[in-house]
Amino acid sequence: MALALQTFPTVRDANAALKVAGTRYLGGGTLVVRAANEGDVAVSGLVRSTDPALSAVEIADGRVRIGASVTMAAIARHAELGALAKAARAVGGPAVRNMATVGGNLFAPAPYGDFAVALLALDAMVSTDDGELPVETFLGGRDNSRAIVTSVSFALPKDDGFRFLKVSRIKPKGVSVLSIAVVLEQAGNGTISSARIALGCMADRPVRARAAEKALLGKTLDPNGIAAALGAAGEGTSPITDPIASAWYRAEVLPVHLGRLLLS
Amino acid sequence: MAKVPVQFTLNGSEKAEFVDSGTTLLNALRDKIGDTSPKGGCQQGTCGACSVIVDGELRLSCLTLAETCNGAAITTTSGLAEGGVLHPLQRAFLDTFATQCGFCTPGMIMAAKVLLDHTPNPSREDVVEALSGNICRCTGYEPIIQAVLTAARANSQSAA
Ligand SMILES: Cc1cc2nc3c(=O)[nH]c(=O)nc-3n(C[C@H](O)[C@H](O)[C@H](O)COP(=O)(O)OP(=O)(O)OC[C@H]3O[C@@H](n4cnc5c(N)ncnc54)[C@H](O)[C@@H]3O)c2cc1C
Repeated sequence: MALALQTFPTVRDANAALKVAGTRYLGGGTLVVRAANEGDVAVSGLVRSTDPALSAVEIADGRVRIGASVTMAAIARHAELGALAKAARAVGGPAVRNMATVGGNLFAPAPYGDFAVALLALDAMVSTDDGELPVETFLGGRDNSRAIVTSVSFALPKDDGFRFLKVSRIKPKGVSVLSIAVVLEQAGNGTISSARIALGCMADRPVRARAAEKALLGKTLDPNGIAAALGAAGEGTSPITDPIASAWYRAEVLPVHLGRLLLS
Repeated sequence: MAKVPVQFTLNGSEKAEFVDSGTTLLNALRDKIGDTSPKGGCQQGTCGACSVIVDGELRLSCLTLAETCNGAAITTTSGLAEGGVLHPLQRAFLDTFATQCGFCTPGMIMAAKVLLDHTPNPSREDVVEALSGNICRCTGYEPIIQAVLTAARANSQSAA
């Protein structure tokens, strides 16, 4: 069934159109058009905005703001977003990356949402016309969120401060068994002074591994130093089961991959 | 359902049609315009058989709405041969037996064309990465990878 698409130059007008039941925002369409193709009758109309601010990337004073319509391909090739290229390239194949937007990734259910995992570790802020929310709060409430996401913003990580790993069975492109993003700061003596760890596929949406984060504080990045964190990595998670992997398998391999990422 | 106008260039010629709002680019190309080179495989973006080039970028036409392509330049595999002479990629696919049932071929060729347009001398890894969103159930991929590498060599020889 065809879906009527309404296009608005401003986010405000698009937000107003989204108040109608059955309408959904159209980002790159890789999930929402796919749902329509599969016969999802919950979607009866699509709304989009062509506001140029949605496609802008601004970098100033060490902070970056990425418009919600910016694609994974645009992030992967952006000269100043090199730190994020690996996370952006983790999403789908080349055609998917040319279409998949940052805004859409925030709504992608596991096993998707690899870029949102990176945003969670970066402690990004998510902006709508109603204001800004920390990404963790936003993800928690996303099922009831109706307002168009306009951008995400975060402090650009230092060169080796951000680490990202996607584990998949099919190479070079495949759906995640899990994805992990880590932002670490180390004190002068090499001990870890702050850690944020975000996990994909360890729940229906990206989640923080708070127990592991806590267990890393004051430790050094070596097998002994990270052992307690690896032991705590799965605390509070409820991994998904899908054709790629069972929840049991995901829980078993999480510490292995987190360990590799921390020691890489 | 309300019809909406769509207007774009397809393989260099102007096209204008009225379609139902929400029609995918794949359906507009195949059912309205009559270009059946992009194939409808999975309709989920997973198989890549519907891949076309929109303004120089590879896109999945099954997940792209036609009306979002107004003003765009679209390339499909049916536009590659010139004056009855096959494009080097098409020739290489035939020569290396990279086409078996042929269903994935137009999508593979589109993905390969975008690669060679940007990277005329790709490595094997570049080719594997460029084709990573396209599924083939016949060949085991190796002949396709060889076809793209062969076409790249043919390109660089004719440029020299
Ligand atoms: C073959 C294939 C492979 C894929 N592989 C991966 C992968 O490896 N990793 C991964 O993370 N994802 C993957 N995906 C899923 C998807 O492509 C990405 O998650 C993508 O980022 C979704 O963005 P989109 O713009 O296409 O979303 P859309 O389909 O446009 O939208 C998805 C949902 O988000 C809402 N939405 C979109 N933008 C906004 C906004 N600005 N404000 C409010 N709501 C919004 C829509 O209303 C809809 O409900 C894959 C998809 C396909 C088809």
